[in-house]
Amino acid sequence: MSDILVSEQSKPGAAGSGRPSGRLLEVEDLRVEFRTRDGVAKVINGVTYHVDAGETLAVLGESGSGKSVTAQTIMGILDTPPGFVTGGQVRFHGKDMLTMSAEERRRIRGEGIAMIFQDALSALNPVFTVGFQIAEQFRIRRGLSRSDAKKRAIEMLDQVKIPNAKGRFSNYPHQFSGGMRQRAMIAMSLALDPEVLIADEPTTALDVTVQAQIMDLLAELQRERQMGMILITHDLGVVADVADRIAVMYAGRIVEEANVYDLYAKPAHPYTMGLIDSIPRMDERGQQLRTIKGLPPNLMNIPPGCPFNPRCPMAQPVCREKLPPLLQIGTDRASACHFAEDLVNRD
Amino acid sequence: MTENILEVRDLVKHYPVTRGVVFKKTIGHVKAVDGVSLELKAGETLGVVGESGCGKSTLARVLMNLERPTAGSVNYKGQDISKLSGGALRRLRRQIQLVMQDPYTSLNPRMTVGDLIGEPFEIHPEVAPKGSRRDKVKELLDLVGLNPEHINRYPHQFSGGQRQRIGIARALALRPEIIICDEPVSALDVSIQAQVMNLLEKLQAELGLSYVFIAHDLSVVRHLSDRVAVMYLGKIVEIGTEDEIYERPTHPYTQALLSAVPVPDPTLRDQKAIIRLTGDVPSPVSPPSGCRFRTRCWKAQDVCAEQVPLLEIRSGSDHPSACHFAEKREIVASHEV
Repeated sequence: MSDILVSEQSKPGAAGSGRPSGRLLEVEDLRVEFRTRDGVAKVINGVTYHVDAGETLAVLGESGSGKSVTAQTIMGILDTPPGFVTGGQVRFHGKDMLTMSAEERRRIRGEGIAMIFQDALSALNPVFTVGFQIAEQFRIRRGLSRSDAKKRAIEMLDQVKIPNAKGRFSNYPHQFSGGMRQRAMIAMSLALDPEVLIADEPTTALDVTVQAQIMDLLAELQRERQMGMILITHDLGVVADVADRIAVMYAGRIVEEANVYDLYAKPAHPYTMGLIDSIPRMDERGQQLRTIKGLPPNLMNIPPGCPFNPRCPMAQPVCREKLPPLLQIGTDRASACHFAEDLVNRD
Repeated sequence: MTENILEVRDLVKHYPVTRGVVFKKTIGHVKAVDGVSLELKAGETLGVVGESGCGKSTLARVLMNLERPTAGSVNYKGQDISKLSGGALRRLRRQIQLVMQDPYTSLNPRMTVGDLIGEPFEIHPEVAPKGSRRDKVKELLDLVGLNPEHINRYPHQFSGGQRQRIGIARALALRPEIIICDEPVSALDVSIQAQVMNLLEKLQAELGLSYVFIAHDLSVVRHLSDRVAVMYLGKIVEIGTEDEIYERPTHPYTQALLSAVPVPDPTLRDQKAIIRLTGDVPSPVSPPSGCRFRTRCWKAQDVCAEQVPLLEIRSGSDHPSACHFAEKREIVASHEV
């Protein structure tokens, strides 16, 4: 395959973390398709990214871009059928998770990689108490007794700043508010002290004031534990606040990867430019918003060449013929646009 | 621009909370909207912001008279909508239309686009005689940027943004003066959201519409609104021009809300201080006494628990604010709570 990003030169992992340094989690040339009655939807078409200890990678994209499916594949919770992994690797500490046994994978889940979901109410089991669902992990995975597990679960609830953790232990999810539920889910995912946390739209369903509380909490816990975090979101505001690096996805591909400052200051892909331009800004009332014309492609019928070409204001004949590979431009950033160099070098 | 097209006075909507199946007993009330007064001027956009559960959607429903208010009045050009019924209400509803949040559930999946947009003409045949309806629908499709050829398609054949355009076309069918938009773009992706916002602005300029624009996204509201009302637990806590609310907010809740909005600029990361509100919004069944925000407010004093602060212009401020201690405060200034 010609369109694979050769991942950048490895750099030392976060120092002083007490954890093994280097590449923690790597996704390489991942391909996933959904086989449905109506045809085959190519949902992920060669995604490559990595996350190191202590850093936050934001995966940014609109609905249908494949950002959540990538996360589900990493966790091994992809619905099969209809979803099938057709290629690529997901390496955790260098070991491919897609080829290991179910038992090995199970050991990684929770302790190696954990995940929090957008909708905490449907992610928590309504017929068990919140405390039980957290304590369960300590009993099964750590072999603790019921009372020790309960103690640890209360500690976890305390760590995510749930007031009156002891009293809240025996509450059911419906007795929690939206923000509290999200905290409980964070407590659950961090219970086994994972090295990587995948947060799939963790604040999308929450109000802004609560969103700020939850993002603070996540940042704090990540710092303390030197976790690697993959933050999946569509919100360019949240990303600007917390991300170290950003991978922008479109139609199942990464179209741009850069550190957060470069990406906002000088996007190197017309799609990223369009996204940034179409956010309503607090300081620009009354002006027409610049938009990205048209719609994202149908994944059963992705246009030839660059998948963004029908919507791209800069499209040239070459864009309709040749798929631009994700190539390094300068240091530490990559773009999948034939004209990336021109974009970065413009004034 | 000065004529008030809609005047809302002391609007209250309480929903009873009942217990028991056969012998129902009212054990309390959800005070969804609890004394809201506002005006909408011809041709302007009034933004209404607030977090979930603050009563902004109930307000929309009462403004449309989809729900009868418990008390208070909604005056449209001197007529109290909340007292009308039957033919008089139907005639008046032509002038006030609603665009709903979810473009997936607000369109009947078994009706074609032509039928969906043409349905208002069935109820108000005086707007378009039978023979001309299809042409009218095609005009509307064209107006909202959809292909008139798609008149026979079904909603599932359209994307979210296109469906929201269908919802807007349907609201425009009867040539209303006022459109109430209840979170019209919150279900859409950023790039699509911008398209729909531009469409709403274009339509306002072309057709002279007045909008009540309800949303939880403060940047979206600012982008479209001339004036903004901030709601908290069924009450308006601050109201003013877009500039007054966003540049010189005086109510602590507005200040906290604004400071919590993530800014899409990483270089400002460490410069802005977020006012951290603790806890969640209290239940509207038993809101706190006095000022409803006092349980989360860093300025709260004894007086806040005793006296309900009125929405009025106070010294040190140029617009109405419902806080005993209303004062300007630089959003950038640090004030960790």
